[in-house]
Amino acid sequence: MDFRLNEEQQMLQDTVARLVRGEYSFEKRLEFSASELGFSAGFWQQLSELGLTAVPFAEELGGFGGGGVEVQSVMTELGRGLCLEPYLQSVILGGGLLSQAGNASQHEAWLGGVASGELKVAVALQEPQSYYDLNDVATRAEKSADGYLLNGRKAVVIGGHCADLIIVSARTSGDSRDAAGISLFAVNPDSAGVERRNYPTIDGFKGCDITLNNVQVSADALLGSEGDAAAVIEYQTGRAIAALCAEAVGVMEVACELTLDYLKQRKQFGVPIGKFQVLQHRMVDMMSELEQARSMAILAASVADGEQSDERRQILAAAKNVIGRAGQFISEAGIQSHGGIGMTWEYNFAHYAKRLVMINHQLGDDDFHLAHYASRLQAS
Amino acid sequence: MNMNYTAEELAFRDEVRAFLDEKLPADIAAKVKGFRRLSKEDHQRWQKILSAQGWYAPHWPEEHGGVKWTPVQKHIWDEESSRYGAPKSIPFGVSMVAPVIIRFGSEAQKQQYLPRILNGEDWWCQGYSEPGAGSDLASLKTRAVRDGDHYIVNGQKTWTTLGQHANMIFCLVRTNTEVKPQEGISFLLIDMNTPGITVRPIITLDGEHEVNEVFFEDVKVPVENLVGEEDKGWTYAKYLLTYERTGLAGIGMSKAALSHLKQLAARCIKNGRPLIEDAVFSQRIAKVEIDLMAAGISNLRIIASVEGGGVPGAESSMLKVRGTEIRQAINDLARRAIGPYAIPFVEEELKLDYDGEFLSDKDAAPLSALYFNNRKLSIFGGSNEIQKNIVSKMILGL
Repeated sequence: MDFRLNEEQQMLQDTVARLVRGEYSFEKRLEFSASELGFSAGFWQQLSELGLTAVPFAEELGGFGGGGVEVQSVMTELGRGLCLEPYLQSVILGGGLLSQAGNASQHEAWLGGVASGELKVAVALQEPQSYYDLNDVATRAEKSADGYLLNGRKAVVIGGHCADLIIVSARTSGDSRDAAGISLFAVNPDSAGVERRNYPTIDGFKGCDITLNNVQVSADALLGSEGDAAAVIEYQTGRAIAALCAEAVGVMEVACELTLDYLKQRKQFGVPIGKFQVLQHRMVDMMSELEQARSMAILAASVADGEQSDERRQILAAAKNVIGRAGQFISEAGIQSHGGIGMTWEYNFAHYAKRLVMINHQLGDDDFHLAHYASRLQAS
Repeated sequence: MNMNYTAEELAFRDEVRAFLDEKLPADIAAKVKGFRRLSKEDHQRWQKILSAQGWYAPHWPEEHGGVKWTPVQKHIWDEESSRYGAPKSIPFGVSMVAPVIIRFGSEAQKQQYLPRILNGEDWWCQGYSEPGAGSDLASLKTRAVRDGDHYIVNGQKTWTTLGQHANMIFCLVRTNTEVKPQEGISFLLIDMNTPGITVRPIITLDGEHEVNEVFFEDVKVPVENLVGEEDKGWTYAKYLLTYERTGLAGIGMSKAALSHLKQLAARCIKNGRPLIEDAVFSQRIAKVEIDLMAAGISNLRIIASVEGGGVPGAESSMLKVRGTEIRQAINDLARRAIGPYAIPFVEEELKLDYDGEFLSDKDAAPLSALYFNNRKLSIFGGSNEIQKNIVSKMILGL
């Protein structure tokens, strides 16, 4: 039993950590967030030059075939910096869907770009009525003479505002919420009939809702076989959940460090407030939530790239449930321990707190995953 | 044991409802119910309507313009006005400094300030907290040094709610450094337009400008603006804080927020069905509704116990803790109800006159910001930790 990273993995994590420390001060992040792009093109470029955008891809694409643990190492450090770049959306989820569902010519067309960071992919799987259920797809794809005609609306596409390619789930058959009949399409956002409503997110990112109004895509925009995408979506969002859990651990680490520092520095009644038992115990609870979350992020990373199974499903649901609860607890407890200062825009803690709560709204919240886990409970 | 309203109380409730039906501006009610931002003008408009009715300062003595409502009547007003979406009165003038002036102020101060609070000429803010004096309020450092017929004030106040609108501030200042911290504090009324005062906004995590820092640099304050005696300010401050706590349980506001939540959950869709029918979510709502039911009765018990006069004791601290936890739980559920749409922050939809298409539910836009903003409830007015200290000391003798 050994939970340590190997030398290569440690080097990878150190590389990202150094880069984040050097380039992603709190002040700079606020600037990146307020810019039109919503993140740092320069930082994205550096991730690319260091080969970090290629981590999960095969060697012939410039990557080193990294698995869950390598992705975890990168994501935790990006989480520590509250980095805004579309690593999760484009590299992990977009790249994953293209890899698994795409054919050789689609790989050739897009994967190199994703791995190098030149092609930014966004993933449009949710809809206004879907809540977190990605099988709840009402967007229709009808066969046309030249391919397919897409109609519908996709919701909360993080990174969709600047994506070069958007992967859209649409129904080619079946009733809404059926797993069967969902297909994936690679859509050029500049196509006629694609309308994006862009917005900032409460935690500093940017995204959009997308209306598809008679969008014509060619037959080779279809990723994988028609109607069979649900399993691919489930598998790849599982990888993304593991990555998001790793990011959350990085965010939680900093949130806990900031709170602990504050308890030691802030004096009231003539002593550091960390001398008060009620605050000590709350800090201990925050740390144990972090450690629970870290354990589940490690477990999630260990199955992220494994074969699909009920065990993998349960582990990923459990991990996201723990991360969601721990994140909200650390956010709220940390604000309370700081007092008013923890709620101010000028102080970085508030931004960590917001990210933690919003991570619970990405890829299913704690209730959603608890229900899925419970539905598969075994008597023994 | 009788938990019903009397015939007179029921008649009063009808009167309140008739007034709200007739006089509460629909645009203001819509903002309050939809958790939109209220402008200074909104507050002032409602204040004038209440004043004209004689209901702006019901808790004041009649000779100053109060109406001698009983605690039950006051409670009926809180419940009904919250239910209708009437704005809460900004408390700093009418409910905080005014009771102190009435109890401890000079005749001249009563004559000068109380009518101006009633007719809305003065907007007051509170100068209590300082960067180094939060929970430990008595350690405050803002100095007031007597110089002839003036005090010269130097220092800094913080978390000054809506200080950007205020023309008056009541401040706790240190007038004596030789004695115990609590014994060297005085209560000063300061005109915000006095030279040397600077107001700097503090932007909160939801992007809102609600609180401020207020800096004092050689600010000359006439000695007649001292309330009561020099160095006795801590007594007055504590008197005021008791008043502050009683309103902070926010039972009426929680009931309004719960009703909003249930309507929202009936519109949100999960698995093709209204979210309110979802097994887990409906239980989450049910739990907070039950907690609120209990807190509502606790609130009535406190009200009944002070029906004969007087102010509530440390029990109100318990209620502040539970009441704020309940409101935060409701805000948490409203944010959860909109699922992925908790993430976008569509500021244009916060405006009441927004006439574009809503990104999702018409009430979704403010919900995440509201959840984050209301983390303040368990921090301000004496943090919940401080309230628990009060309960353990005053009630339990620990």
